[in-house]
Amino acid sequence: MIWLAWRQFRLQTCVAVGLLVAVAIAFALTGPHNVHVYDTVVRTCASRGDCPSVTQSFLGRDHLLRDLSLAAILIPVLVGMFWGAPLIAREMETGSFRLAWTQSVTRSRWVAVKLAVVGIACVSVAGLYSLLVTWWSSPFDTINDNPFSIFDLRDIVPIGYAAFAFALGVSAGVMIRRTLPAMAATLVAFAGVRVAVTQWVRPRLISPLHHSGPFKLFTTNGSPAFSGKGAAGAWITSEVTYNAKGKVIGHNGGIGANGGVNFQPVGNSSAKVVLQGVGQCPNNFPNLQRGVNRSNQVSHAMSEAVNKCLASFHLRDAVTYQPVSRYWALQWYELSIFIVLALLLAGISWWWVRRRLN
Amino acid sequence: MTAVLEAEGLGKRYGRRWALSECTLSIPSGHVVGLVGPNGAGKSTLLNLAVGLLAPTQGSLCVFGNRPAADPAQLARVGFVAQDTPTYAGLSVADHLRLGSQMNPKWDNQLAESRINQLGLDFKQKAGKLSGGQRAQLALTLAIAKRPEILILDEPVASLDPLARREFLQILMETVAEHQVSVVLSSHLVADIERVCDYLVVLVSSRVQLTGELDELLSTHHRLIGPRCDPATLPANQYVVEASHTDRQSTLLVRSDGPILDPAWTIEPVSLEDLVLAYMGQGKALESGRRVSGGGEQ
Repeated sequence: MIWLAWRQFRLQTCVAVGLLVAVAIAFALTGPHNVHVYDTVVRTCASRGDCPSVTQSFLGRDHLLRDLSLAAILIPVLVGMFWGAPLIAREMETGSFRLAWTQSVTRSRWVAVKLAVVGIACVSVAGLYSLLVTWWSSPFDTINDNPFSIFDLRDIVPIGYAAFAFALGVSAGVMIRRTLPAMAATLVAFAGVRVAVTQWVRPRLISPLHHSGPFKLFTTNGSPAFSGKGAAGAWITSEVTYNAKGKVIGHNGGIGANGGVNFQPVGNSSAKVVLQGVGQCPNNFPNLQRGVNRSNQVSHAMSEAVNKCLASFHLRDAVTYQPVSRYWALQWYELSIFIVLALLLAGISWWWVRRRLN
Repeated sequence: MTAVLEAEGLGKRYGRRWALSECTLSIPSGHVVGLVGPNGAGKSTLLNLAVGLLAPTQGSLCVFGNRPAADPAQLARVGFVAQDTPTYAGLSVADHLRLGSQMNPKWDNQLAESRINQLGLDFKQKAGKLSGGQRAQLALTLAIAKRPEILILDEPVASLDPLARREFLQILMETVAEHQVSVVLSSHLVADIERVCDYLVVLVSSRVQLTGELDELLSTHHRLIGPRCDPATLPANQYVVEASHTDRQSTLLVRSDGPILDPAWTIEPVSLEDLVLAYMGQGKALESGRRVSGGGEQ
C-alpha cells in the first residue's frame, strides 16, 4: 500500500525535489558570499562610520533570489491545492477508487497510508524550503531587524501551514469529490483561515504588553516615540492616540480619519500653524513650506517646534505590542495551532472516506 | 449447497431515490451466475453492495456469511471488476501487477504475468493508452490473480466490441474451469449470459423475478399455442408468465413442472431471451401496479 501511495505521487515528488534542488543550488552559490560580505563589510561599518551607505548597498544584493524567497508564502497553498485536493477527489472522479478499495487492503488503511505518505512529503518540502530561505536570508533579516514582518515566511510556521493546507485540500476533495472545485475551495478556505489567524489569533496568543506615553513625532535621536523596553523589532498590534480629555483622536500613529499628522499654516502667516483635528499651535513655527510627517527629514528647529506644539496639547499614545523576545514562543504556538487543525482535518477525511463515501 | 451471496430485505437509498429496495435473494456457490435486468433495476447497486463499495441503507447482505469488505481477509476472498473497468491511467501494466502483488496476500504473480503475455500486452504500456478491451482484460487479470473465491463482474463487457467481448468471456470461462471460482456477472445482454452462465437471476426494479439453474429453467418453461382460451382455466401446476391473444388464438408462456397433456396446445421450446423478456415484462407490470396503488394511498 505504501508502494502504491508513493508510485501515484512519484511525479509530484520529482518536480518538488527538482525545484528544491534548483533553489538550494542558487542559494548555495550566493549565500556564503553574502555572509562573508556581511561579516567583513557590514558588521564593521561602525568603525568606519559608513553604515548607511554600506547597508543600503548590501540590501540591494540578489533581488531576484530575495523575491524567490517570498515563494515560501505560496508553497503551503500550492501543496494544498495540487497535492491535497486531488489525493482522493481524483480517485473518485476517475472511478479508480473502485479498483483500490476492492484489493485486500481496507479502506481505512488505504486512506491512512495515503495521508501519511503524502502528508510527510508536504511537511518535508515546506520544512526544507523554509530552512533554506531562513538560512540564506539571515544577513538581510539581521539588517532589517524586524522579525515580525517576515514571521509567516521563516523558521517553523511554514511547516504548520503546509500540513494544514494539505489536510484541508484532502478534506475538501473527499467532501466535494471533484478535483477542480476542491482546489478552489482549498485556496479560499486556506486564505481565510490564514488571514483570520494572523489578524485575530496571533496578537492574542500571548497577552500583549502595553506602553503609554506622550505622543511625539520626533525624539532627539530621530526615532519614533515608542521606545519602551523591548521596543526594538517589536510587533505593534495597535496604537491609539488620546487627547487631554481622554477621547480617542487617532490610530496607528495618525490623527483623524485619514491617518496622518498634518500641520497646516493659518492664512498667509507661515508662523501660525494648525494641527489638524486638534487645534492651533501656541508656538510659532519656523518657515513651514508644507505638511510634515514622521518619515520626512526635517531640521532640528522644525522638530523642536513640532514637539513643543504636540506637548502643549497633552496628547497621549497607547501602544499594544509583542516584544521581539516572544518571537519563538509565537512561532511554536502558531505551528501547534496549524498542526492541530491539520490532524483534525485528516481525522475528518479518514472518517468521511470510511463512513460517508458509501 | 451453501450460499455465496445472501441478501435479506436489502435496500440502498441515494438521497430520496431508492436504487434498490427490499431485495431478498440467495446465490448458491459453484455457479457462474448471470444477473440480468433492465437498466435501473439495481444490478450495479447490488454488486457494489456485495463488494462493500456501498453500505446498505436497510436490510442485510452477506458474502460467505460475512459483511462485505469487513476486513482484509474478507476483501481477499472477493475479486471485483467494476463497470467501465477502471484502472490508473498514469500507471503501466507492470505497475498494476505490482499494485496487485503489494495489496493482495494471495497474489499469483505467475498467473498474472502469463495472462498479460497471453494477451500480448506490453508491460511498459500505460493503462491510459490501452484500448477498452485491453483495459478490461487488465482489470480481469488483476481480479483473477488475486485468487478470490468469488469473482464479481459488473457489466464488464458492456462497452466492448463483439470481438473483445468474446475474448473477455473466453478468458473468464477458462479461469472458472481452472480455478473453480464462483462468478456473479451482470449484463443486460442475454446472449452473453447464455454463453457463459449456468445460473440465472432476473432482477426487475429490485425484485427477483426469476432464479434458478439455466437448464432447469429452460426445460420447465414452454410456449403453448392453441385456440383462444382464458389462462385461468389451465391446470394448477401450470403458471402463466405471459399471455397474448388474437381473436381466435392464444399464445401462452407457462412454467410447468409436469408434462403438458392437453392435445389442444402446440408446444414449443422457449429461448432464454424470450424467457428473460417475459419475466422482465411481468416485473414491469407488477411495478406499475405497485405505483398505481402507492399513488392512491397518498
